[in-house]
Amino acid sequence: MTSEELKAETSEGLQELQERDETDPVALAIEEGSPFRPPEGPMLDLGDIDVEFGEDETMIINMGPQHPSTHGVLRIMMELEGETVLRSKPVIGYLHTGMEKTGEELTYVQGATNVTRMDYLSPLHNELVFSLAAEALLHIEIPPRATWIRMLMTELNRISSHVLWMATNGMDLASTSMMIYGFRDREMILSFFEKTTGLRMNHDYIRPGGVAADLPDGWEDDVMSIIETIPGRVDEYDEMLTGQPIFKHRTEGVGIISPELAIAMSATGPILRASGVAWDLRRAMPYLAYGDVDFDVIVGTVGDVFDRYAVRLNEIRESCKIVRQCVEKMPLGDYRAQDKKVTPPPRARIDESMEALIHHFKIFTRGFEVPPGEVYTAIESPRGELGCYLVADGSNKPYRMHIRAPSFVNLQSLPPLLRGGLIADAVAVISSVDPVMGEVDR
Amino acid sequence: MAAVGASAAELAGLSETSSIGASGQEVLHVTRERYLEVAGALRDAGFEMCADLCGVDYLRHLDRPLPEGVTPERFEIVVNLLSLEIHQRVRLRVQVPDSDPVVPTLFNLYPGTENMEREAFDLYGVCFEGHPDHTRILMPDDWEGHPLRKDYSVGRVPVQFKQAPGPR
Amino acid sequence: MGLEDLNHNFLTGSLEELVKWARRSSLWPATFGLACCAIEMMAAGAADFDLARFGMEVFRGSPRQADLMVVAGRVSQKMAPVLRQVYDQMVEPKWVISMGVCASTGGMFNNYAIVQGVDQIVPVDVYAPGCPPNPQTLIHAILTLHEKIRLGELTQRRPGETGAGIDLAAEPVPPGWVAPPSGVRLGTPR
Ligand code: SF4
Repeated sequence: MTSEELKAETSEGLQELQERDETDPVALAIEEGSPFRPPEGPMLDLGDIDVEFGEDETMIINMGPQHPSTHGVLRIMMELEGETVLRSKPVIGYLHTGMEKTGEELTYVQGATNVTRMDYLSPLHNELVFSLAAEALLHIEIPPRATWIRMLMTELNRISSHVLWMATNGMDLASTSMMIYGFRDREMILSFFEKTTGLRMNHDYIRPGGVAADLPDGWEDDVMSIIETIPGRVDEYDEMLTGQPIFKHRTEGVGIISPELAIAMSATGPILRASGVAWDLRRAMPYLAYGDVDFDVIVGTVGDVFDRYAVRLNEIRESCKIVRQCVEKMPLGDYRAQDKKVTPPPRARIDESMEALIHHFKIFTRGFEVPPGEVYTAIESPRGELGCYLVADGSNKPYRMHIRAPSFVNLQSLPPLLRGGLIADAVAVISSVDPVMGEVDR
Repeated sequence: MAAVGASAAELAGLSETSSIGASGQEVLHVTRERYLEVAGALRDAGFEMCADLCGVDYLRHLDRPLPEGVTPERFEIVVNLLSLEIHQRVRLRVQVPDSDPVVPTLFNLYPGTENMEREAFDLYGVCFEGHPDHTRILMPDDWEGHPLRKDYSVGRVPVQFKQAPGPR
Repeated sequence: MGLEDLNHNFLTGSLEELVKWARRSSLWPATFGLACCAIEMMAAGAADFDLARFGMEVFRGSPRQADLMVVAGRVSQKMAPVLRQVYDQMVEPKWVISMGVCASTGGMFNNYAIVQGVDQIVPVDVYAPGCPPNPQTLIHAILTLHEKIRLGELTQRRPGETGAGIDLAAEPVPPGWVAPPSGVRLGTPR
């Protein structure tokens, strides 16, 4: 087919689910999620699956884009037979911000400000992946203290993100006390972030070349008090939810995904780990100094909503372990690379020397040039593999900045997860995928 | 099975040679004709996850340096494959001409590329032949143009309601 | 019977004040979280900041039960029609807080995808600055709105303003449209 013909197919309305008896068997099978099987040989044998065809006793309903339990502006079309979900389709783009385009207009110095607004529950991870990509192109080494500060901050961010997930998940499953507890505990971490970076969210703290500022005085006490409180609180959540019959009934055996399917759908993060694949980039392809810390990769066995909950719950504990090691091992030294090209001069020198002032001014107005090349870096964000594909053309702005957003990819596993379940369970399943719409739509 | 340290091209027994890019990453340039075949061979060699797929518009760098034998074209589709077993990545770069921006879909090999290919189509206008749901994903259905192309301005667009006749 | 027979448990005042007091003290926001700002809005509703102090902890799922829309986050071109529809579904009297620079002006995202200011779509009462505005800023915006309700007119919301900024007379006529009787404009005081 020519591109013209292919384009003609994409006119308005094709995003909608078609009537069941108008959909041809292959399309129906695809929409029901049947080709999403481990690809061995030919993908789809129509004889193998019983496609209930020609029945039109079904109802198509829309959930969202403005809906209290879709975690933002996600719209899901679901075909129901009675209360059973047959086909479903996430429709996204309601928060498309054009950040990849804006990222091409901003210099590398400003770039972190832009990417931090993508995944607003773990902004520091976004900054980290962008900075790692820029540093890989620049071939600069960052000092050990900067590495460990980055690790400390991103792990704290992972805790706050998972705690917030516990809160919203609790809210979706009608456990309102969980929501109040979750937000209360998140505030503790946010106040440390505010002290260090100046903002509660969207920090622009991790920048190419290091971090924006050193940790504040007395940071050890703050961090220690956080990681001494959080595990106790996690035990509380554990007691409140894990053993509770209602919660168990709503989560166990709901939305099961097999490891093969998860891999085929490119799912990463807690979804993949809950299905039993021990894949964590911090362990598998260590970045920063994750090779030097001791932690466990949490895996589930069944791959249902409960396992995903349990994985996240235990990851909070593991992150606390990592944070504790960061505090113990935090090296002394500089918090950013002293590379004249990339980082501004120390603040004190600006008052003394004209050159330093000019240098400072140039870094923040013109930025720095990055040699041509392309690079893909990936880190483990709370939601999965967060990647950044950066193409530089020698100027001070990225030529192409693409973020591989874990939620965007994980959202594809929703149709197979929802299929055959009850509509009441849909809320639990959506919540267990933990999509952050800012990152899905970018 | 998999020898550690071997390049992905060797593992899959491909005729293409891979080059090592920035920070030691393996890059494989493939033609459109060999694209599916190479991806299939890599999948069988253990690269079972397609981590990422995105487009790049090289309008301003049509004469960029590429390894010998590769003709630079306007668009590029960049695919990142990942092997969970030997912890290795490989990146495929496919040149796609402006005159006929069509590549075959990877959906049948890696169902997880569904959203990514729709995104590349939406933002770059590169078509994926055989994709089961070839529609816009991020922009509204009736949007005109492909916003991430370099000849599409960043600029501000006044808001339009569907009913109101707008400037476009 | 005169008022002098009733000697205690009794206050006099104008009905208008009473209605405005009632409206002000139980604003019910619609859940309309869009982006990063929505997280701060939720934080404002949760334990530490406690919006319940102002009688507005019940975030309504349905716009028909709400009278305050907090537009928390960036509004994309794809979301704009939905936003307007949600606004139209809310019953009068209704108010809008535009939370964050993205909702107010488009913020740092001056590009093809984002509506440059939600006031192009719905009338906004209070703008909360910040990126994200922290919960205290949001609470300040809400208190400002309370003042606005307290001091405003009861029946006439925005004298002389034209709703969403649409002047019907200047709009092209869609097919099948029946012109309103002369003198009626969208958003005129009723
Ligand atoms: S104003 Fe800032 S915090 Fe709010 S939605 Fe925009 S980018 Fe996010």
